[in-house]
Amino acid sequence: MSNNKPRTLFDKVWDNHVVQRKEGFPDVLYIDTHFIHEVTSPQAFNGLRNRGIQLARVDQTWGTADHNVPTKDQHLPIKEALSRHQVETLTKNCDEFGVKLYGLGHPFQGIVHVIGPELGVTQPGKTIVCGDSHTSTHGAFGSIAFGIGTSQVEQVMSSQCTLQNKPKAMRIVVDGELQEGVGAKDIVLYVISKLSASGGTGYFVEFAGSAIQNLSMEGRMTVCNMSIEMGARGGIIAPDQTTFDYLEGREFAPKGEKWEESLAYWKSLPTDEGATFDAEFVYDAADIAPMVTYGTNPGMGVGVDKSVPTPESESDKKALEYMGLKEGEALIGKPIDYVFIGSCTNARIEDLRAVADFVKGKKKADGVNVWIVPGSKQVEKQAIAEGLDQVYAEAGFELREPGCSACLGMNEDKVPEGMYCISTSNRNFEGRQGPGARTLLASPLTAAAAAVKGHIVDVREELTTA
Amino acid sequence: MKYTKSTCVPLNIENVDTDQIIPARFLKATTKEGFGDNLFRDWRYDKQDQPIADFVLNQDTYKGEILVAGKNFGCGSSREHAAWSIDDYGFKIVVSSFFADIFKGNALNNGLLPLVVSEEFLAELFADIEADPSTTLEVDLESQTAWITGKEENKQSFEIDDYKKMCLINGYDDIDYLLSLKENIAKYEQDRVYAFNV
Repeated sequence: MSNNKPRTLFDKVWDNHVVQRKEGFPDVLYIDTHFIHEVTSPQAFNGLRNRGIQLARVDQTWGTADHNVPTKDQHLPIKEALSRHQVETLTKNCDEFGVKLYGLGHPFQGIVHVIGPELGVTQPGKTIVCGDSHTSTHGAFGSIAFGIGTSQVEQVMSSQCTLQNKPKAMRIVVDGELQEGVGAKDIVLYVISKLSASGGTGYFVEFAGSAIQNLSMEGRMTVCNMSIEMGARGGIIAPDQTTFDYLEGREFAPKGEKWEESLAYWKSLPTDEGATFDAEFVYDAADIAPMVTYGTNPGMGVGVDKSVPTPESESDKKALEYMGLKEGEALIGKPIDYVFIGSCTNARIEDLRAVADFVKGKKKADGVNVWIVPGSKQVEKQAIAEGLDQVYAEAGFELREPGCSACLGMNEDKVPEGMYCISTSNRNFEGRQGPGARTLLASPLTAAAAAVKGHIVDVREELTTA
Repeated sequence: MKYTKSTCVPLNIENVDTDQIIPARFLKATTKEGFGDNLFRDWRYDKQDQPIADFVLNQDTYKGEILVAGKNFGCGSSREHAAWSIDDYGFKIVVSSFFADIFKGNALNNGLLPLVVSEEFLAELFADIEADPSTTLEVDLESQTAWITGKEENKQSFEIDDYKKMCLINGYDDIDYLLSLKENIAKYEQDRVYAFNV
């Protein structure tokens, strides 16, 4: 279905995967890679059993255990019975249906959106799905990646396809130089604060502009990861030399002749000159301050040097009440109890290095609990090889084992009721980190600086006075 | 589901995310049943598991098969458990002026209709329910219209794609449909522009 009309990156990848398009029907979209985990797959496996069928393309399916796993003593059985049962069910299902599983104890285990890229399974031009909304992360490579529900997990397992209405296309351009101390997480929190938690609904978002191109793959993943937090189906970034350099030599990346062939294909994918978008927004990178959220959805964020805005609705008032914050109150100086550095948003090696660089020679404030949870066994191994574990130990930061951890209050790692947690994760919803927990989303650097001071600080000041 | 007439349960809150609909700690089941017990768990029960009197699901005043909610309902996590819990509780329709994408798809895949109405209609519906909890909403899927009983002159038309409408009316299944396309899928794999190494 290609012609000479200029096309977007998103159009090219989508159109290359349409098995059938029919008026009044959703597109039948072919899926190259399907990631599964313990929470959203058991009912889908049951569905296959009930129909008496196998996975259509088991070799294109990859499993890991991440949401329910403890991040301490992973060599011991999981204490919580329901979590243990769910993880064991995944193992049993993967055995029975022949799915590759990187479960607890496997050297490739980790958060599904961290391991896909680091293993080289995530590649430009692919369609990638997983029963997890943060599948949008993989779009950083120029793939179309989005979260699906369990019914769709079952669709993909049984047919390698899913029924999807093609979303509209949005482009968000961030041009210019970022200030020192401002990074990918701040860019995406800034964009969401401008567009709101629903501003991207119905769209697939291409992130472009020099500030995006200058990001590492880790940074691009952070940006695409949170595209779902403005309601978008996913984010996508044009593949370039940064992408190719990251992928080359990874476990499942193409090798030899296939590598060359892949490169040629990948280079054909970026948006053509003159292609149009249904919506476009342009921001100046220099306007972006280190960001922090003050409310209970990720759109409720401001520059750290600002005060809590005036509520505009009953929902806003309810959010401030939950957070124990008052309109007009300064964010800098707000004491915090917990610091969580982890999750599919910010638990890659670059995030762990940034934190270590900052805290080297410093100590955490008294009374603050600091958890660093690597995104995967490979990230953990690399961190230890680089001696980051020593830096953390000296600072009083606790390095734990890989998993989703305190991002979602599903495993043992929870923030107690009423406590403030500055968190590098992606959601500040009520109770997200545990019943009654109060989440302040921020970058790894801002979180590390708060850990040292015991309250929210403007990390730019910490860098200039260091 | 062709035509529904029911009283409504009003939840006049915006941006209701799927962590509120069903908190993560209740996602550990490996079957689809029983999630209704934990629908809106932390708004519905206190820490001692006692019902919180002023939450709408705990008020006898409001009953029905239709949940009416503020805009951007179902944002956040992709957990289909959110749709299962609403369905399992006994709702057939959720009305809002705006739904998050993934939730909308999940709801439709479970025979739960996410019904999008205008902001004005939603405000009127909330006001009518507040004034009189016995207010009923009528929804006709065939003609894609909804109206408050007694206000037939103000019919809201709503959109749903032909395929999903057919599925809802006939209880048809996406997987049956996809499995019927097996040959097309195999042909796609043969002819595709580019085949990945893994």
